[in-house]
Amino acid sequence: MQRFPCPFCGPRDEREFHFAGEAGKIRPTPSAAQSDTDWATYLYEAQNPRGPSREIWVHTPCQEYFIMTRDTVSMEVLGTEQLRKETL
Amino acid sequence: MLLGSVVYITYLDASPLIVPHWQDHMTNKYSAFSLFRESLRGHKGWQPAWRSPKPQAEYDVVIIGGGGQGLATAYYLAKNNGIKRVAVLEKGWLGGGNTGRNTTTIRSNYFHPESVALYEFSLNLYENLSRELNYNVMFSQRGLMTLIHSEPDLEMANRTVNAMQLNGIDATIISRAEVQKRAPVLNFRDDARYPIHGAVWQGRAGTARHDAVAWGYARAADRLGVDIIQNCEVTGLLTEGGICKGVETNQGTIRAARVGSAVAGNSSVVADMAGYKLPIQSYALQAFVSEPLKPIMNTVALSPATGTYFCQSDKGGVVIGGALDRVPSYGQRGNLPMQEDVLSGLLEMAPALANVKLLRHWAGIVDVTPDSSPVIGPTPLPGFFLNGGWGTGGFKAIPAGGTIFAHLLATGTHHEISQPFDPSRFTSGRLVDEGAASGIAH
Ligand SMILES: Cc1cc2nc3c(=O)[nH]c(=O)nc-3n(C[C@H](O)[C@H](O)[C@H](O)COP(=O)(O)OP(=O)(O)OC[C@H]3O[C@@H](n4cnc5c(N)ncnc54)[C@H](O)[C@@H]3O)c2cc1C
Ligand SMILES: [Zn+2]
Repeated sequence: MQRFPCPFCGPRDEREFHFAGEAGKIRPTPSAAQSDTDWATYLYEAQNPRGPSREIWVHTPCQEYFIMTRDTVSMEVLGTEQLRKETL
Repeated sequence: MLLGSVVYITYLDASPLIVPHWQDHMTNKYSAFSLFRESLRGHKGWQPAWRSPKPQAEYDVVIIGGGGQGLATAYYLAKNNGIKRVAVLEKGWLGGGNTGRNTTTIRSNYFHPESVALYEFSLNLYENLSRELNYNVMFSQRGLMTLIHSEPDLEMANRTVNAMQLNGIDATIISRAEVQKRAPVLNFRDDARYPIHGAVWQGRAGTARHDAVAWGYARAADRLGVDIIQNCEVTGLLTEGGICKGVETNQGTIRAARVGSAVAGNSSVVADMAGYKLPIQSYALQAFVSEPLKPIMNTVALSPATGTYFCQSDKGGVVIGGALDRVPSYGQRGNLPMQEDVLSGLLEMAPALANVKLLRHWAGIVDVTPDSSPVIGPTPLPGFFLNGGWGTGGFKAIPAGGTIFAHLLATGTHHEISQPFDPSRFTSGRLVDEGAASGIAH
């Protein structure tokens, strides 16, 4: 089994992680006028890159959501970032 | 099975050296008679099943991808639409993608009428395919059973079967006793975690030989004049004035009046060349085959509870499949988490197989859409057309997919069967949601 790095718990078995979606998609504001195309783009279109891919993942035991950059061909993990903004 | 195709290509590459000498005595048509005649002369007169031409500078239609969908499209373009200046460009070897990696289940028991029109058309074409192509695709209508494990399962199964019968499909519910009669190797023990109460049965469903479907279409298309070019990777699209005019490849530029993409898991990569995004996510789908056994299973069984399904090939190997990997991927190989899931599912379904050894384990990259239905149609780039999104279930659809995509490429407009699968459904909201409706991955 592969190990993925949780920014909170460190390296853990891949089966503890869940892929939540591609990173960087911004939901259109429902209160503003949005075209069907805007919604379709947000809901359905995917970057689906062959190679490095920035994605949102959750580590299910600790429920930490974070960004992981992964190579979709080699499965190598290229880095992780916190999604959580530090509150000072 | 992959090895078989590699050996085959080696033979083809070597063949031009021997062809002229035997030209007058070549055997073109496959029949009991030609087999007999060849057996008398040491099988020296068999012709290569297709030529290996150099690409021409220009074609009427260029198809990217030499899987079943691409090859069938080329065949029907020449046969039904009279367009013979056609090339199929394959970056590897024919059928080396999902077509040569799939578990070959063919069925038409879908939920929505749009899907039934598509898959039933395909099943009908499969029923006559060996004769049509003069190539034995070993289509075997051994039936498919989707197991019912509980009372709620039974209610859902009734709903599904009712919908299928309304669509004119030969689906019925069979009892536990009948499941046991047809597939005694399944788990009928009292302590079964998922007891079997019956099954949804489609008797006309079955399996075919995957490579033979690719090779049969390739040979038949070649004879109609289609150029099949292997080791030819499309690296970009040629556009002039915002219109697609051909492709850039590792064997040079090839011009075409129309270009069609049938590259399965690589659909998004090719769409990128055209500058637009697709509602497609690529995943690895894995399968397994065991050492050859004596006949123990002469139908296909699927357990929705475990996600595992299996059948037995004519060579005796137990062919096992399961659900998609959980992570988007272009890594065309197996991995352990899903292996554990699928095989534990198999042992629950058929505990007698516990000591059987696995022979091979592999993956293909499948193109999954949000509604588990294919995407067929024009694209934002004029002159460039898409056949994709078949996901985990496009082998059964090869004859139909080829017919409707050929129609689209020949006329520029949809065949009535492909209309509902136009990409515009994601904007209009008219999805054909088979993932939710029939809940079956394949
Ligand atoms: C493990 C597994 C089990 C399956 N089981 C079933 C099943 O039981 N029943 C069923 O109906 N379906 C099944 N499927 C799905 C089925 O295999 C596919 O939907 C079907 O084969 C798709 O055919 P295709 O021709 O579109 O794709 P492919 O056969 O993948 O062909 C696409 C071709 O395009 C080529 N290509 C890609 N990029 C380029 C490029 N840039 N230039 C040139 N060529 C390129 C590839 O090399 C490939 O050969 C299964 C799939 C897998 C992986
Ligand atoms: Zn964690």
